[in-house]
This record gives sequence, C-alpha cells and structure tokens, in this order.
Amino acid sequence: MSTTSDVATAETARGQSASHDVNAGRDWSRSLWNLVILAGVIAALAISWGPAEMGRWTYLFTDSANMAEYASGFLRPDFTDWRYYLHEMIVTVQIAVWGTFLSLIVSIPFGILCAHNMVPWWVLHPCRRLMDFFRAIHEVVWAVLFVVAVGLGPFAGVMALFIHNTGIMAKLFSEAVESIDPRPVEGIRSTGATRIQEVVFGVVPQVMPLWVSYTLYRLETNVRTATILGVIGAGGIGQVMFESIRGFYYPQASAILIIVVATVVVIDLLSQQLRKFVT
Amino acid sequence: MTAIAVEKLSKRFGKKQALAGVDLTISEGEMVALIGASGSGKSTLMRHICGLERGDAGSIVRILGEVQQQDGKFGPKMRDLRGKTGVIFQQFNLVARLPVITNVLCGILGHISPWRGTFGIFTRAEKRAAIESLARVGIGEVAWQRASTLSGGQQQRAAIARTLLQRSKILLADEPIASLDPASARRVMDVLADINRTDKLTVLVSLHQVEYARVYCPRTIALRDGKVVYDGPSDALSDDFLTELYGSASEELVLPQRLPVKSSAGKAPASSTSGARQGRELVPA
Repeated sequence: MSTTSDVATAETARGQSASHDVNAGRDWSRSLWNLVILAGVIAALAISWGPAEMGRWTYLFTDSANMAEYASGFLRPDFTDWRYYLHEMIVTVQIAVWGTFLSLIVSIPFGILCAHNMVPWWVLHPCRRLMDFFRAIHEVVWAVLFVVAVGLGPFAGVMALFIHNTGIMAKLFSEAVESIDPRPVEGIRSTGATRIQEVVFGVVPQVMPLWVSYTLYRLETNVRTATILGVIGAGGIGQVMFESIRGFYYPQASAILIIVVATVVVIDLLSQQLRKFVT
Repeated sequence: MTAIAVEKLSKRFGKKQALAGVDLTISEGEMVALIGASGSGKSTLMRHICGLERGDAGSIVRILGEVQQQDGKFGPKMRDLRGKTGVIFQQFNLVARLPVITNVLCGILGHISPWRGTFGIFTRAEKRAAIESLARVGIGEVAWQRASTLSGGQQQRAAIARTLLQRSKILLADEPIASLDPASARRVMDVLADINRTDKLTVLVSLHQVEYARVYCPRTIALRDGKVVYDGPSDALSDDFLTELYGSASEELVLPQRLPVKSSAGKAPASSTSGARQGRELVPA
C-alpha cells in the first residue's frame, strides 16, 4: 500500500523537477528502497508476534507476585562454601582462557582468508562457509558432541568454546580486515614483498587494536558461556550452580551467581587496562 | 638502456577508458615529469608501471628490459621488478601504527630471505642502513616514532627513504607533493632531484603543477584523456601551449600559487633556464 502511494509521490516530484531544480539528479529509488526495508522490518515483527507468544506480556504484571516469591529465595546468599565455589569459578575461567586462546590462533589465518579484499572468491567462500558452520552450531551442542568424544569434564568445554568461537572471531577479524586502508598495503607491495609479508607489515598493524578488543570481549563472553557449559557436564562453577538450583538451595545458588557476576566485572576491568596498554 | 618501456597500454574501468594506447620510453638516469589534469590517467599509468594494476589485452610494460606485464598478465619476474621500482604515493602509504624505521625497513623485504622478512628479523646493519637513508632525506631523528606522528612532508620523505633502502633502479612518484604545503613540496622535489643526480636513479614523477616540472624535470610527458599529447623538453611547454592542450582545464595546471623556486633554483638541474622562463611567462598570466 505504502509502496504505490510512494511511487505516486515520486512521480509528482519528478514532474516538478523541471521547474524546481532542487531534486534534479536525486535518486528516488533509494528513498523507495528505504521505505521497502522499513515495511519489511515491520512485517517481520508482526508475523512473529503470535508464534513468539508476545501476547502474554500482561502476565509480567498480573503474576509478578510469583516472581517476587521465587526471587526472595535469593535474597540471603550463603557463602559457607565460598572456597569451593571460587575454585570451581577459576576452573570455568581456565576453560574460557584455553577456548579463547585456541580460537585466537586459528582465527588469525581464517580472519585473513575470510576477507574479500585479501583472497580470491574460491578461497573466500569455502572459508566463510566453514566459519558459518562453526558459528551456526551453538556451544552447548558442540559440548554435547565433545562430551561423547572426550568424556565429561572441562576439556569438552574447551573444545566447544574453541570451535564455536573460531567461527565468531574469524568473522569479526575479517570484518576488521575488510575495513582497512588499502594504500599502506600497496606501499608494502610496491617494495617487492611477498603476499604474507603484505599481511604482516601492511594489514596486521592496522587491525591490531580491533583484534585485541574483539579477543578480550570474546574472552569475557566465553567466561559466561563456560558457566552454562558446566550445566551440561563440562565442569566448573556452572555444574555446581545448576545442582544447587535443581535442589532448591537458593541461598547457595545466589552466592554462586554473585561470584560469577564479580568475576565478569573483574575480567572486564582487566581487559580495559589491557586494551589501553595495547592500543 | 631503457628503464621503462610502455607499448599500447590501454585500460578500461567499466565505461571509462582510463588509458587509450599509451606509448612511451624512458632511458636510465632520466628525470621525467608526467603532467595532466585530474582524470587524465596519470595515476592509472603510474600504477601500471609499478605493477599494481594490469592493462587490457595488447598492452605491454617492460621494466629494465624485462616484461613486467603483457596482455593483462604479470610476467614471471613481477615481484623482482616491483623490488626494482620504488614507488612513493600522494598519500605516502606508510603504515601509520608502525615506527618509521620499520616502514623504511620494509624496503628491503624484496632483497632478504622471505622467512626472515616475514618475521621482521632485521640485522643491525640493515637497521643502520635504514637510519642512514632517513638521515639522507633529512629526518634521521624520527626513526623510532610512529609514522602517524610525522607531518605530511616528513612522511613523504620517510617513503622516499624506504625506496632508497629498496636500492631500486627506478623511482616512481605519483603526485608526491599534491598533499603538501609549498615548502615541504620543494624539499621533497629537491630530494628527488638529488637522488636522480647522485644515485643515478631514473625518476618519473607525476605532477599537478607544471611549474615544478619546468624547474626540476628536463623532459615532460603530458596526458589528456588517457593519451600522450606531448612528450618533449619541459622548456618548450609554454602556458599558451598548455591552454591549447587542456582548454579550461589548464587553469588547474598553470595557475596555482607561484612556485617559491628561487631558493632551490641553484640546486635543481636544468633550473637556470626554466626558472627564468617561468618568471617571464607567469607575469602576463
């Protein structure tokens, strides 16, 4: 509907442009496209309303007492076993550290191989599809697969983080590579450098600040994800937390949650300092 | 011996014919200016000669007698020839976040073992050579600063230092002074002229402003719409002839600020005659 009326406006405007030159050379198809995209977004939201059961939003208010009752269990955290919780929290961080490190090593070459300004299409597309595949499967699913292969425990968690996170970091890295200034790279190329040297001296220095920041951000995310992986048997604090929630030990669960939040905050603060140091 | 030989070089970008059958030959040791209005094909020609762009079918570029590209394909000695042709660009093309000395050291990547180059392991002697070439262009003291902290003129001289370390036989300068103030521009042109004279490098420099061509380069090649429209002594390029060649576009070539040549006139080759000529011709214009 809006489309037809818009075409009409476009035509009247074109008719006037002979007398008023302000719109001469204006590309009306762009304005039209903007409207089409807007209509598309609104349509997608409308179609999804029912299946997502968005109509239940009223329960947030009518049944809020249930939530309050449940939450009250968390109000008195019980830190009696804090040494144990802390130990498990450190295991979770260690899972995240190894998962992030392995994916960092693999994402550096794949970040270059997935950038359209670096490689021909027949390298680009296979690499991108492989990364899509790594990324499309959730860490939890990867973890279940690796539990089957390497058994229950932290190593399955490391592998799950490694694979999924490689898909994400390679994409983020390649986007940084695609936005570089090509001129310094040409400067290096003009000296007779090899392709790899062009990357080392021309590309890497330009993307380094972004790559560092993405890696630190992913480390943070991986600490949170590693917590969840504990729930399905990959060890660490998640396993302890899941057991206390399942056993209705809310004060203990509450203490664990506080430790998780505090850890994420500490990692965020540390990574901010690191970022300042590197850039 | 011929340094650069270009035959029937054509290049089309979509609808635009950027180069239409360019033929030119430059002998070793020459200093040649390439002039033309914006969009006349100067940069495109430069990018073909330094091997960053490939021409259409029928085009041949020879560097120092070796085929660098033919029919849109790079020859087998491509990388070696890139090493022999140093290039400096209008926007300097230094890696801003690296120290100046590392930028300069990139010049020898074509000469040392690929493994050592890739890991950035440079010997003490190589580093000393880099600092010497920086000193040669007058900025030895900035070696360990990040390239981004340098002024435009300093960056351009660092880029020249890189080509010096590259020990290239040919120096291509694509609009090297277009982004610089007049004083820096003159200093950069002085360095280029000095390299041409003392190191016997062949220099091809594309310029926006004919004044510099008259002062520094004995020979000028002029482009219009991707074709060579003049190739001869810079002295013979009068303002009237330029107007005839470029019509209204000649304004951007001739009219820019009067070149403060007087101080450098003594240093530059072929400057006494052209300097006088320029003084005479600019008055009526």
